[in-house]
Amino acid sequence: MSDSPSDGTVVSVKDLHKSFGEREVLRGIDLEVAAGEVVCVIGPSGSGKSTLLRCVNLLEQPSSGRIDVLGVEVTDPDVDIDRVRTHVGMVFQQFNLFGHKSVLENCTMAQRGVLRRSKGEAERVALANLERVGLADRAHAVPGQLSGGQQQRVAIARALSMDPQLMLFDEPTSALDPELVGDVLGVMRDLADAGMTMIVVTHEMAFAREVGDRVVFMDDGLVVESGPADQVIGAPREERTQAFLQRVLDPTHQHPQG
Amino acid sequence: MTTAPQTLQMPPGRRRTSPRTRARITRVVQYVVLAAAVLAVVTLTDWSNVTTQLFDPAVAAELASRMPMGLWNTVKYTLGAFAVGLPLGALLAFMKLSSVPAYRWIATAYIEFFRGIPALLVVLSVGFAVPIAFGVNIPSMLAKASIALGVVSSAYIAETLRAGIQAVPRGQIEAARSLGMSHGRTLVQVVMPQAFRIVLPPLTNEIILLTKDTSLVFLLGMQVAEYELTKIGRDALSTAQGGLTALFVAGACYLIITLPLGQLTRWLERRTAAKGRGK
Repeated sequence: MSDSPSDGTVVSVKDLHKSFGEREVLRGIDLEVAAGEVVCVIGPSGSGKSTLLRCVNLLEQPSSGRIDVLGVEVTDPDVDIDRVRTHVGMVFQQFNLFGHKSVLENCTMAQRGVLRRSKGEAERVALANLERVGLADRAHAVPGQLSGGQQQRVAIARALSMDPQLMLFDEPTSALDPELVGDVLGVMRDLADAGMTMIVVTHEMAFAREVGDRVVFMDDGLVVESGPADQVIGAPREERTQAFLQRVLDPTHQHPQG
Repeated sequence: MTTAPQTLQMPPGRRRTSPRTRARITRVVQYVVLAAAVLAVVTLTDWSNVTTQLFDPAVAAELASRMPMGLWNTVKYTLGAFAVGLPLGALLAFMKLSSVPAYRWIATAYIEFFRGIPALLVVLSVGFAVPIAFGVNIPSMLAKASIALGVVSSAYIAETLRAGIQAVPRGQIEAARSLGMSHGRTLVQVVMPQAFRIVLPPLTNEIILLTKDTSLVFLLGMQVAEYELTKIGRDALSTAQGGLTALFVAGACYLIITLPLGQLTRWLERRTAAKGRGK
């Protein structure tokens, strides 16, 4: 499982459905992500993009459909999901750093407990990744002392310390003050340039357009439009995509539909 | 701006006193009521009787020499009960959060039962019913007190711990699990340490309640060396001069234990709140 399947597909989602009680949030999603690809998922709130992302590492249990991650079928009831998650990093909107641990310990806890790395090895990896996100000097701070942007970069370093083959980003900049968004997006851009396979749920259209290899527009539990970033954001074919992008890119303008 | 400044158009009618003046008047009224109440209590009290029947300084001084032992025994019974109640409460909390329904039912039944009956009945049961029912005689006073009060407090402690565990944000668990940490490892390394901080203030409060509940164990009958504060106070009532003085002295001794614990609780609460803001 440590080597990607021969066809280079890292994530494969087929006919994914997910319901919360009566409410069907995902209504048949198909998605393929190739190794090294950066896929940005955009769409209005409530469209199911976060749920889709959370189904990939099984933080949400799909109602039906099939998901393969790194050659392992995670929708198999007997899957060793902890083992799959070791190779799949996730970054949350609310950072979710462990508040009772230092920045360094945040980055070493799972390395030591799950990957069984020695303390020295884990700290070496953690510091290298903190260096990568520009926060090696804050290794001994506790999360409460950091700004939101710094916390999110630590969260990225924490995920990277597990040497993941896939990174999931769930609206990583939505909880940040506007002036802190750039630092986090910069780290993500570097990561993409380094060849990381990424699925990014985001409202940052400029980032999606510049960094994303492919953009997926979701609405109402379905993939409405998917294609190269320039095409989906620059010249959307579907009416719903056009309406959404108009609202996002030009929010003060009066639109006929309101 | 070229428009002329606007004046606020007040509604017509009588000019009202300003909010500041009204607040001042309200405060003066409150002080007057308080002063009147204190004066009434002081004048209505029969001071000559109070000093002989309720608080006789001479009797109090004589009793004070016997109090250190009572304090020590009270503390011993409290800590003994907590030593039983904390592990038992933790076990019940985990049972209540278990995915096995039978464990949840048992824990719920236990908690509801012991929270619903007076601690007094449990103390008497451990002292007299258990020896008859199981043919065991619990030898030491400390063991009897610890079991009786520990069994009761475990029900309250279980609810406190359960609430603490559930108060750890869901995102913390998701972050740990997304790193590949197992359910158990997440519980031990992420949930429990944070839950512990949340439950420290209510647990300290539980010790205060336990301290006061040790006043029930004299019902089990005890040797002089086992007397705790309430028993010493009751004994002195019947033997010594000074009327009810012994009760007041015993009460003061409880405060020696409970007031610092109350301070500690508030300090822990402030610390937890500060941590929460820092997040």
